[in-house]
Amino acid sequence: MQIAARNANDGVILDISGDIDLANSPAMRKVLLGEIKEKHTRKVYLNLKNVRYIDSSGIASLVEGLKASRDNGARMILYGLSPSVREVMELSRLQKIFEIYDNEEQALSS
Amino acid sequence: MHLESNPDALCLVRATMQRAAEIVRFPEAESRAVVRSVDEALANVIQHAYRGRFGKPIDVTCRRVFRDEKKRVASGLEIMLLDSGVPVDRRKLKGRPLDEVRPGGLGLHFMKESMDVVEFRRTHGKNMLRMVKYLAPSRLGGE
Repeated sequence: MQIAARNANDGVILDISGDIDLANSPAMRKVLLGEIKEKHTRKVYLNLKNVRYIDSSGIASLVEGLKASRDNGARMILYGLSPSVREVMELSRLQKIFEIYDNEEQALSS
Repeated sequence: MHLESNPDALCLVRATMQRAAEIVRFPEAESRAVVRSVDEALANVIQHAYRGRFGKPIDVTCRRVFRDEKKRVASGLEIMLLDSGVPVDRRKLKGRPLDEVRPGGLGLHFMKESMDVVEFRRTHGKNMLRMVKYLAPSRLGGE
């Protein structure tokens, strides 16, 4: 898994690629919580277009990020979910609690 | 497949299970279900049975199951995991309510939702997990 950050007009986009599993979800969690809790970024966009796989530990990290964003008055926005990631969201019945958009354009204009 | 408890092994197991599911001719979504279940099961063994300790033994076996043993017509895939960790706490095998929005506790739910059979057993001082995914009836013909 790799994570690259780039500035958006009103926040930060984290471009995540590869598989998010038990081996590397702690790294994603650290970056995500760092943006929200330490840098106080108001909008954190997670570009998941190139994420092929996410497991329950990855979902748990996203839930932690969402909770932290709510606690800090920030927004965490997901976009570009692959069928595999979408399936896992549906299985966990969490798709309705996250802000999810199809693509970057829609996410940035939300 | 003989593994040691280490999260770095998970990507290798996923690739292996993906290939096994393709050989049995699972459609894409069902292949992903098999891969996801084995990955979550191994993660549970590493995190809970071995409490995060690395280098502990895990055996994974995978075989086709047949609806007709004589004709050897495949009907699905059986995966067994064997570990020597602490016994599985049966009270925790129910999963948790999904209306609680909190991290953790989803792995078992994913396995139960994705597989047709999920059975835990303690045998000869080891934890054994057996999972089976059957092919949909429409995929069974002409092999």
